[in-house]
Amino acid sequence: MIKMKQVVKKYTTGKVEFTALKGIDLHIRKGELSAVMGPSGSGKSTLMNIIGCLDVPSSGAYTLEGRDVGQLTSNDLAEIRNKKIGFVFQAFNLLPYATAYENVEIPLLFAGAKAKQRKERVMELLSRVGLADKVANRPTEMSGGEMQRVAIARALANEPDVILADEPTGNLDSQSGGEIVKLFHELWESGKTIIIITHDSNIAGTAERIIKLKDGMIESNGTRPQ
Amino acid sequence: MKISIIYNVFIRDFRKQKKRITLTLVALVWGTISIMLLLGFGEGLHQQMTVNDKGLGEGIAIVWGGQTSIPYKGMGKGRRIRLHVDDMEYIKGRIPEVKEIGGQYDRWGVNLKYGDQVVSEHCVGLTPNYEHMRNLIPEQGGRMINNLDLKLKRRVVFLGDNIANRLLGEGDPVGEQILLNSVPFTIIGVMIPKLQNSSYGGMDENQVSIPLTTFKAIFGDLYLDNIVYQITDVNRNEEIEKKLYEVMGERYKFDPEDERALSVWDTVASKKEFDNIMFGIQIFMGIIGGLTLLIAGVGVANIMYVSIKERTREIGIKMAMGAKRSYILTQFLLEALLITFGGGVLGMAISYILTEGFKRIPIESDVLNMMGRPTISIEIGLLVIAILSIMGVVAGLFPAMRASSVNPVESLRYE
Ligand SMILES: Nc1ncnc2c1ncn2[C@@H]1O[C@H](COP(=O)(O)OP(=O)(O)OP(=O)(O)O)[C@@H](O)[C@H]1O
Ligand SMILES: [Mg+2]
Repeated sequence: MIKMKQVVKKYTTGKVEFTALKGIDLHIRKGELSAVMGPSGSGKSTLMNIIGCLDVPSSGAYTLEGRDVGQLTSNDLAEIRNKKIGFVFQAFNLLPYATAYENVEIPLLFAGAKAKQRKERVMELLSRVGLADKVANRPTEMSGGEMQRVAIARALANEPDVILADEPTGNLDSQSGGEIVKLFHELWESGKTIIIITHDSNIAGTAERIIKLKDGMIESNGTRPQ
Repeated sequence: MKISIIYNVFIRDFRKQKKRITLTLVALVWGTISIMLLLGFGEGLHQQMTVNDKGLGEGIAIVWGGQTSIPYKGMGKGRRIRLHVDDMEYIKGRIPEVKEIGGQYDRWGVNLKYGDQVVSEHCVGLTPNYEHMRNLIPEQGGRMINNLDLKLKRRVVFLGDNIANRLLGEGDPVGEQILLNSVPFTIIGVMIPKLQNSSYGGMDENQVSIPLTTFKAIFGDLYLDNIVYQITDVNRNEEIEKKLYEVMGERYKFDPEDERALSVWDTVASKKEFDNIMFGIQIFMGIIGGLTLLIAGVGVANIMYVSIKERTREIGIKMAMGAKRSYILTQFLLEALLITFGGGVLGMAISYILTEGFKRIPIESDVLNMMGRPTISIEIGLLVIAILSIMGVVAGLFPAMRASSVNPVESLRYE
């Protein structure tokens, strides 16, 4: 499903060049639930953004479902982000002026779904994350947990195979965090491939597999014994 | 499919961001109004000054008698030169470039009586061609003095609008009888009110005009007060004036170089001077207008730039959710076009209403008369809207292009 070979990511700030990923080899199979851990600055978000096609590697090869991402056009990448991948951010990244309903609708709009179909799908997703009564609320009128659930509903809009979550519970209290984790488990059970970045070893402990990063390299990559 | 996506997103976002759009629109409307009003008032002033200047008559010269200041052919200086009725025929015969020529007697303190009203006014005897040379145009239902009046020495009178009003009040004065130094005259017409910002011998609105021949018969004047002529080619005014001194010098025996022998007011020369001043004013207005347009354009560009730059994160989110670059760009282009164009049209409409309102202010004042009525030109308005729109759209599209051409992570990081 996800295959990386010697993926390097370099950032240049002014004249200073910084290598955030120093040759990542990674293989994640369909239907796996993985947790990514590592100290701050170790390159977790950088890796996740590349997996999610929000960013591209400086060198190395990344294949997603057999397609070499490095060869794709920006329109192809947009298509992948729209249909194949659902991304959940630590900072939610909801449109501030739009309601819960309208935020969940975004990926459906860009997929070109018909109005009736969009409506059904948005309502279904919002009830699934337990927010059927908050459709008309804007981000400022919701709690952090609710905002993150809207973001998850949005990530699921076009039934992507892969769900990526970059510290989805980082801005939440433990109770709302727990509910979010439960949601991810339900999704995993329904067959999705899920990767979660987390600092919380309790959360990581519920994953099939923990990938540990340090200084832009994979420190350990093993599948946990079941 | 693609068009429907853009349409859906566009409509949705546009409705959602009323406040931001309203603010941008207000700034645009304000920019358009300020420049339209500036140009409108400038144009009004220009037109008004041109109209006022035509009050006296176009392309005419007025000749009075004088006194010689140079001895000539054995005659000493200080000799009076006076104008005679037959000088008109003479000048026209000798100078073919003179298109029209007329003359007038005049006399102050002539008593006019109508009913119980008695006023003392400036009375002139003149030739019919003053109607067009001096813009003594009759109101509907009346007429100016004509050639038959002149031939038959009719006792008819043409009144300035102001004196007519004072003597007869409201109502149609044509056909009424008045006494002019106790001689009965019939009123044949009243002058259409006009703006006149230069004059000699009183303003036309207070003038009592009768036929030249009738004047001579009643008052017995020997000399004309002045002769007015109009030339075929206004560009040859100086040459023709010189010729006038030559032919008149020949007739009255004075040195053609003697400038004091006659006195000539050449309105063509003053008109040329006036035109130069107007041209200067127009250039000045143009520069001011251009600078204002530039300031407004920079303002609009700034607003569009900032308002779209602020949405970098929004662009990042949409890109992360699968928006193609072309969707983003089309949406922002449409939005920028709609806002700038809408703001421009709205600003122009408001400017139009304001200037129309100003025109209808019922106050009669000399200042307003001089200032004229602001005029909005559609062509200039469209040009202003086009320039502001282009500047706004380019400035707005620039950050949108940047935000949509980088990887979504970069736009998402924008604060
Ligand atoms: N756009 C950028 N330009 C320059 N350096 C960057 C950029 N993004 C990340 N980095 C650097 O790359 C390194 C890895 O960053 P990254 O965000 O992947 O860390 P992380 O593991 O997600 O950390 P955290 O747990 O704090 O989120 C950091 O040292 C960071 O400073
Ligand atoms: Mg991170």
